[in-house]
Amino acid sequence: MPEAMAHYDDAAVDALSARDLAAAVPDPIVILDARGTVRYANEAAVAAFGRIPQGTVLAHRFRTPDMQRLLAALLKEGRAGAIDYGERVPIERAFRISAMPVGAGGGLFMVHFKDQSETRRIDRMRADFIANASHELRTPLASISGFIETLRGPARNDAKARDSFLEIMQAQTARMARLIDDLLTLSRIEMKPHLPSRDRVDLGETVAGVVDSLGHLAAEYGVAVAFERPAAPVLVSGNRDELIQVFVNLLENACKYGQSGGRVDIAIAPAEAGPVPEVAVTFRDWGPGIAEEHIPRITERFYRIDPETSRVKNGTGLGLAIVKHILTRHDGRLVVRSKPGEGASFIVYLPAA
Amino acid sequence: MNTRHIVRAYDEELATLGNRIAAMGGHAERMVDEAVAALINGDIALARKVIADDAVLDEGERWIDDHAILLIARRQPMADDLREIVGAIRISSDLERVGDLGKNIAKRVVAIAETRQPVQLFRGIEALATLALTQLKQVLDIYASRSVGAISFMRDRDGEIDAMYTSLFRELLTYMMEDPRNISPCTHLLFCAKNIERIGDHATNIAETVYHMVTGEQLPLERAKGDRSHDVTVAHAGEGTA
Repeated sequence: MPEAMAHYDDAAVDALSARDLAAAVPDPIVILDARGTVRYANEAAVAAFGRIPQGTVLAHRFRTPDMQRLLAALLKEGRAGAIDYGERVPIERAFRISAMPVGAGGGLFMVHFKDQSETRRIDRMRADFIANASHELRTPLASISGFIETLRGPARNDAKARDSFLEIMQAQTARMARLIDDLLTLSRIEMKPHLPSRDRVDLGETVAGVVDSLGHLAAEYGVAVAFERPAAPVLVSGNRDELIQVFVNLLENACKYGQSGGRVDIAIAPAEAGPVPEVAVTFRDWGPGIAEEHIPRITERFYRIDPETSRVKNGTGLGLAIVKHILTRHDGRLVVRSKPGEGASFIVYLPAA
Repeated sequence: MNTRHIVRAYDEELATLGNRIAAMGGHAERMVDEAVAALINGDIALARKVIADDAVLDEGERWIDDHAILLIARRQPMADDLREIVGAIRISSDLERVGDLGKNIAKRVVAIAETRQPVQLFRGIEALATLALTQLKQVLDIYASRSVGAISFMRDRDGEIDAMYTSLFRELLTYMMEDPRNISPCTHLLFCAKNIERIGDHATNIAETVYHMVTGEQLPLERAKGDRSHDVTVAHAGEGTA
């Protein structure tokens, strides 16, 4: 009885042709012969890639070096495999391509395309979010816990200090809440190189606020921060929270990595090096400085000059990457000047509003 | 000796030549794509990779030359087959040049990354590169499918590249007039733009070769040249930058 049933099922399945099966699959599927020429392309393949005439050599149509290797291994050694394949023009697309022999020694091979254009974007968003969230929340948290310590200790009975600290703490918690919101959106808009929403931001006020809120951190590191706020407002257009993040990251870095210099100078000045008028905000430390070969690379994500120092200082390796990303979105740029033994200058250039 | 076996081996050799051309094409496409990405993102590591990658195309061209000549000498091909082989030699030489141009762009990345240029300019370069890369992809797709119907349309697009290049040329000139400090990065960008424009020209050459390979006829000669940069002048800063 089971044998008879099995026989019955086999016949039904046998009646299905490979074409019927492939046509029912929503992903592009191409069947190749032993020479790598296309013998069949299903409807999804035609929809995705246009007509692929029978007899086309698949490696001629999908030409990346990875694809050449995948198909060579498949056709010469019968080795199945999978690669990521991307096309930038005319529209950006990404596929996971798997290739395998099919049939019983019939010399036929199947290539399956899984569209990942959307999936890949979401994956990147998720990874970026986790990486960024932990770092961005750490800074305001450290600031608040610093104030709490002070309030419970030295400033316990100082009503005036308490008021001003609580005010700053309130501002910090509000900013943390905004940061969480912004992080969610940031990961989404990260693909877009530019940000249309623009406020007018006074750099003097912004930097002064950053210096205030990181005062305890500078004190902890024994670093004196010198900043002379310009008398007149220095306006740029941009997102205030993001610019605060830039200055917080730079000041934090200057305190952490320039600690041995004992001093950080911040200056705001107009600059006219580029084709448009710009404002330069310079963070100058007198620490050990940065070797020439590292300077072009320090804004890369997770690039650390000295992993040990970075670990001791609680660095995440994202600080400067975030700075660079935000500045790029503001049509700004970060210039780093340094020589070993002479400290470092991190200069933020932003187009003047 | 079995003649069928000989013919079979000959077909095999021709197919290998074609496979090698497609592989070179894929490599050239990736080099240009990465060179431009390196330029736009100021990615010095990627630029170094592109520079190293060029060796593959040089090797590919030599391989095709050697094998094509051997094939002609041994098989004395006629008509279609001869056109196929001569076409392979031509295309591989165009692709090798495309690789050189990509490498040259990659080499300039360091100099340009030092001083950031207005995003506008990179957008222009990116758009120019998208046009050239699209053209390169189209012509290699045509080589793959041998459907030459799309070629004349493709050749028209060469005009778009030229126009875009001329506009970039003017823009870069304007920046140089505005401030002498822009001269060095803008000159590099100008060469990059010229290289990208040349990549488009090589794509057009390949299109002509493929057309000849498939049909045995030459494409008509007239080509609208849209590159007007030879007579672009820019009024001195402040006078007529609009």
